[in-house]
Amino acid sequence: MEIGSLGKIIAAHDLFIGFDQAFLDLVTGCAKNVRVEAGRYLFHEGDPADEIYLIREGRVALEISAPGRGSMVFQAAGPGEAIGLSWLVPPYRWNYDGRSTDLTRAISVDAACLRRKCEADHDLGFAVMQRFMPVIVERLHATRLQLLDVYGSHV
Amino acid sequence: MFDLRDPMVPAVARVIRSRHETADVWTLDLELVDAVWPGFSPGQFNMLSVFGVGEAPISFSGEPTDNAHIVHTVRAVGPVSKALCHLKVGDTVGVRGPFGNAWPMDHARGRDVIVVAGGLGLAPVRPVLYRLMADRRSHGRVTLLYGARNPGEILYRHEIEKWRTRLDIDVEVTVDHATADWRGHVGVVTKLIGRARFDPADAVAIVCGPEVMMRFAAKALADSGIPEKEIYLSMERNMKCGIGLCGHCQLGPLFICRDGPVFTQDRLRTLMATKEL
Amino acid sequence: MVAARMFDRFDEARIIGVAGLETMIGELGARGHAVVGPVRRDGAIVLEPIESVVDLPRGWVDEQTPGRYRLKRDGDSWFAPVVGPQSWKQFLHPPRQKLWTVRKSDAGATIEPEPLATEKYAFIGVRACEIAAIAVQDRVFMQGPYVDPNYAARRANAFIVAVNCSRAASTCFCPSMKTGPRATAGYDLALTELSGGDDARFLIEIGSAAGQSLVEALPTHPATKADIEAAAAIVAATEASISRTIDTGDLPELLKAEPDHPRWDDVAARCLNCANCTMACPTCFCTTVVDESALDGASASRSQRWDSCFTGDFSHVHGGAVRQTPKARYRQWMTHKLSTWHDQFAMSGCVGCGRCIVWCPVGIDITEEAAALRRAV
Repeated sequence: MEIGSLGKIIAAHDLFIGFDQAFLDLVTGCAKNVRVEAGRYLFHEGDPADEIYLIREGRVALEISAPGRGSMVFQAAGPGEAIGLSWLVPPYRWNYDGRSTDLTRAISVDAACLRRKCEADHDLGFAVMQRFMPVIVERLHATRLQLLDVYGSHV
Repeated sequence: MFDLRDPMVPAVARVIRSRHETADVWTLDLELVDAVWPGFSPGQFNMLSVFGVGEAPISFSGEPTDNAHIVHTVRAVGPVSKALCHLKVGDTVGVRGPFGNAWPMDHARGRDVIVVAGGLGLAPVRPVLYRLMADRRSHGRVTLLYGARNPGEILYRHEIEKWRTRLDIDVEVTVDHATADWRGHVGVVTKLIGRARFDPADAVAIVCGPEVMMRFAAKALADSGIPEKEIYLSMERNMKCGIGLCGHCQLGPLFICRDGPVFTQDRLRTLMATKEL
Repeated sequence: MVAARMFDRFDEARIIGVAGLETMIGELGARGHAVVGPVRRDGAIVLEPIESVVDLPRGWVDEQTPGRYRLKRDGDSWFAPVVGPQSWKQFLHPPRQKLWTVRKSDAGATIEPEPLATEKYAFIGVRACEIAAIAVQDRVFMQGPYVDPNYAARRANAFIVAVNCSRAASTCFCPSMKTGPRATAGYDLALTELSGGDDARFLIEIGSAAGQSLVEALPTHPATKADIEAAAAIVAATEASISRTIDTGDLPELLKAEPDHPRWDDVAARCLNCANCTMACPTCFCTTVVDESALDGASASRSQRWDSCFTGDFSHVHGGAVRQTPKARYRQWMTHKLSTWHDQFAMSGCVGCGRCIVWCPVGIDITEEAAALRRAV
């Protein structure tokens, strides 16, 4: 695939809609297309978080497994969503397993590459942060709601 | 039905069918023994009595055009609801109702309708969905967003699967957490709102579920551009009479039973935001 | 016009003596009323069936302050003590009321509703604030989408003999609630005690056709202009003696706007959540229901009982109480009385009788709490 069409895909992804073209080019320089069959793992707990996935099709479930309870899925990301927030903060390590539940097509962004570019160009860094912060806040809020276990009977 | 001159006295009904829906949820079909059921509007509720145990308000969850059966879905949580869930076919119950106001079915005609339900909150909106599907061409886009605790607690699962096959209604189901075999959405139901397709300037939202979930769903719907007066929520409070006389169901100036249970978000926002009101 | 002439006749005040009062009690009984009036018992003025004027608390007065109530001998009035721990709601809206019984039958179950209430009361000595309280409960039970049929039946049968207050307790604040101390409507007959003792004279005003009919059966004579002026002066003096007030202007909005005012924490630290105020309040109307099964399992019944928003399970929904803290419960009670009642019933839920102040074990004073909430945070 040419870099041009990759750039267009990234530009059309929910996370980067309206993103400055020069910055988009920098992001695109770190990106590649990936395809993951249903049931395959994109990453495992403890692995280095060296990629960010911008999902185009399919769905990726984030799991934690506990002895005796099996794997518990606490979040699933679909088209237009991003997973891989661990790329932002040291020690850049995945805290969960990420498994494709359907055939998944995504843009994979090399985290180390993007970190380097953000470090070199703080304007890019700030713009990228502005895109990732809402996702982090939304996910934190959703986690709190899940913690409340609102549908439970609580008696 | 019951005698309006003595609205605290129930009519006797018999259980003609009991379905175990999920771990602690049952659906009862009732039939009045010696009276004619007048029917109900989606959103209304009955006061159901288990004799010798007590009485509780339960929403209608059946087909609104079916006057032969009174259908209620009940979760076994308190003494009365547990007793209701344990009733067998042939057992008798007391029925007072229908009480309360209704979902804005007429107002929804010609508009996009987005139904957001959480947990057992799917039960009071099932009559809405039946109505919308029976009269599908009178509405714009119809969307159901449903959140449950986990896949095992998804209510009316077979019906939801049937609705999903329809091309004229968008159905999205999400769970708070799942086992590895679940292939659907995982996450809070409010997350689905941003991805739903509707024209906020010409949409009606119908929201039913636990109060916390409704608070956040209403905010997300308002953020998506639907005016607060077009966001309808069904409230729940302790009720002993259902007719505005016992005082229990007050929420600030409102009697949930008499003025509701369905209210618009513009009336509820500050009331719901006040702790322990 | 007939109506206007009728009103003129009602407006015509007369004078009645102690013998006339005695006749009145007997005549009300003869007309099928259970006559209830103020009686001194257990150190308080309570409301009980009376047969004669000798049952009245002649020569006693009450001393009421926050958290305190005492009776003492003073003077020779027949109706000196003002409101006591009870109110007429215990008759019109009784604390316990059976609703129905269900019995096993061939059809599975058969419900037998309790027969409609047939009590026919005559209340002697109803104060202006209490007439206002009855009007409040009329509104709640009879003028909404659903009617409490038993309340409505008792209310339709009730005969009300008001007494205009010739003195006030320190806890009274009816003028600021615009309910007293003079009864202006809502009675069949209204008395003003012009003088006490054996030869006591009462100004009697007629408020209804039933009142007119009764007066015609009693020994009375027309009141003079001086009598009418004397009665007005007595009530005016009573009103002038009342210093406790609530500033009701914008209070409904203020209470709603201040759910987090620190004063709520302050009052919650004192409030015992004992529910006395709600039991003593003549307008508090909340009820719960209690189901009971017969031991043989062949029948069960449901009763309605007074309930209070101060109890933990009042606001219980699955999972727990909506109002978990004493603060939230006191706030609910007071905000309901003085604010949201207006939204619900287009009137105040407080009539200024002062019972909640007197019968609060720790002397919480609704007028003081309202004033404190007005102060800047």
